Amino acid sequence: MSQIDEKEVKRENPVAERLINGIVKENPTFVLMLGMCPTLAVTTSAINGLGMGLTTMVVLALSNVFISLLRNIIPDKVRIPAFIVIIASFVTMVELLLQGFLPFLYDALGIYIPLIVVNCIILGRAEAYAYKNPVIPSLFDGIGMGLGFSVALTCIGAVRELLGAGEIFGIHVMPDSFVPVSIFIMAPGAFFVLATLTAIQNKVKIIGERKGKDMSKIQSGCNSDCMNCADTGCAKRLIDNKNETAGEEEKNNA
Amino acid sequence: MSDLMKVSSNPHVRSKSTTASIMLTVVIALLPAAGFGIYNFGPKALLLILVTVASTVATEFAFEKICKKKVTIGDYSAVVTGLLLALNLPVSAPWWIGVVGGVFAILVVKMLFGGIGQNFMNPALGARCFLLISFTSIMTNFDCDAYTGATPLANLKSGESVNILDMVIGRTAGTIGETSMIAIVIGACILILFGIIDLRIPGTYIVTLAVFVTLFGGRGFDWPYISAHLSGGGLMLGAFFMATDYVTRPITKNGQYLYGVLLGVLTGIFRIFGPSAEGVSYAIIIGNLLVPLIEKITLPKAFGKGGEKA
Repeated sequence: MSQIDEKEVKRENPVAERLINGIVKENPTFVLMLGMCPTLAVTTSAINGLGMGLTTMVVLALSNVFISLLRNIIPDKVRIPAFIVIIASFVTMVELLLQGFLPFLYDALGIYIPLIVVNCIILGRAEAYAYKNPVIPSLFDGIGMGLGFSVALTCIGAVRELLGAGEIFGIHVMPDSFVPVSIFIMAPGAFFVLATLTAIQNKVKIIGERKGKDMSKIQSGCNSDCMNCADTGCAKRLIDNKNETAGEEEKNNA
Repeated sequence: MSDLMKVSSNPHVRSKSTTASIMLTVVIALLPAAGFGIYNFGPKALLLILVTVASTVATEFAFEKICKKKVTIGDYSAVVTGLLLALNLPVSAPWWIGVVGGVFAILVVKMLFGGIGQNFMNPALGARCFLLISFTSIMTNFDCDAYTGATPLANLKSGESVNILDMVIGRTAGTIGETSMIAIVIGACILILFGIIDLRIPGTYIVTLAVFVTLFGGRGFDWPYISAHLSGGGLMLGAFFMATDYVTRPITKNGQYLYGVLLGVLTGIFRIFGPSAEGVSYAIIIGNLLVPLIEKITLPKAFGKGGEKA
């Protein structure tokens, strides 16, 4: 699987492919539904969401690089503890840096900074991508996933802040007569906004697919061989099947 | 061939009542409470009721048009939701509260879960709790032209005396439809006479709350105190009109008794041990969430199954 993937990545532009994959195709929040704990808990404002996203991105990119470097040395049986050690080291560094240079963000994010260690996006990318792929694509996989996470958290934070406090990034934007809907900066609001934004992005993707653009969810190991693929939920496959049957029908008619 | 020879699958006996006829009866049964609310709080209450009902019906219509579904506003269920929600608002609330609540009730609680019959929570109560959390100061401001100050339940909680007669008639502060016990009981009698609801859920709910207040209220069997708890707040409206909602109550008989007890205990806990004076709406939506579990444990045995072991 990894060999095929490497070939595939080499054929395309690996950097751009990984970045787009992380932000759009496999957005960790809206498509993969990973890392829900920080997503729901810290997105009370746009700046908190952005801070959390970028912090996670730094850890994700660095840990992906190191795990990729060490992928031939780490024994298979102890790979998870090894990943955790690497991730935890970077999280500790980032935590100390934040405490020293961005204390307001450190206070706002609180316990969720150390909890980045157990964020399933990071462990997931280490296991699914960095452990099987060379360094450069792994770095950009980390950056792409981290950017996707940042974009998602900033969007959720911005909507919650706008509705719950009438502000975006701390700037008052709503008219004075607007009464803040304070449920949106409490826990239930996180679920409402996450669900609504996920629905909107699904809708946009479906429209894109109907127009013929390939916006489908492509798995990390996808080798474009839909005939031998077990993923029945893959949108690309469904479209391909439709085209095939349509072609056959035309032949029959002729 | 005679009619007797017809072959068809069950059910063979059908009731004449339809969703629309049941919902229309509920609307009629709510009119005494709504009428008393308008008499008690003035024309602004009427305006709020109209705005809320209009917003629920319009939301249902718009959603079904946009999603190209069958339009179901003719079954009056959106009217019932809007009316119940409006009766749960304080008269001092601005008109847009009714619109926000109506849209939330229909769009989020009802339509996104599949429309009528599919909602897991009473839409009117879901919207009331949404508004209560979002706009706490507006939703708990019961000052109006007719009354100032706290609701009888809040007075009761802070240890002041309350006038039971006023509470039964409804001459107190509170939300539009909850104040008058008499008006609500008239509506409840209409529902019971037409066979829309039975007393299982409201009866066990009210009795459980009375027992709970006697045991934990700290005043023992103090009749005025207990009757103030029963006639105050949203208990009567909740017990007869919202806990009995067909969609969100258990369908098994024993489950309904259990549900009533659960609601009574939760309401008692919220009222006596909680920080706020009222807890009916939270009790009922928490009860709604537990309905699948209640139905699971009270499933009746199929005929012929179980019994004595040979």
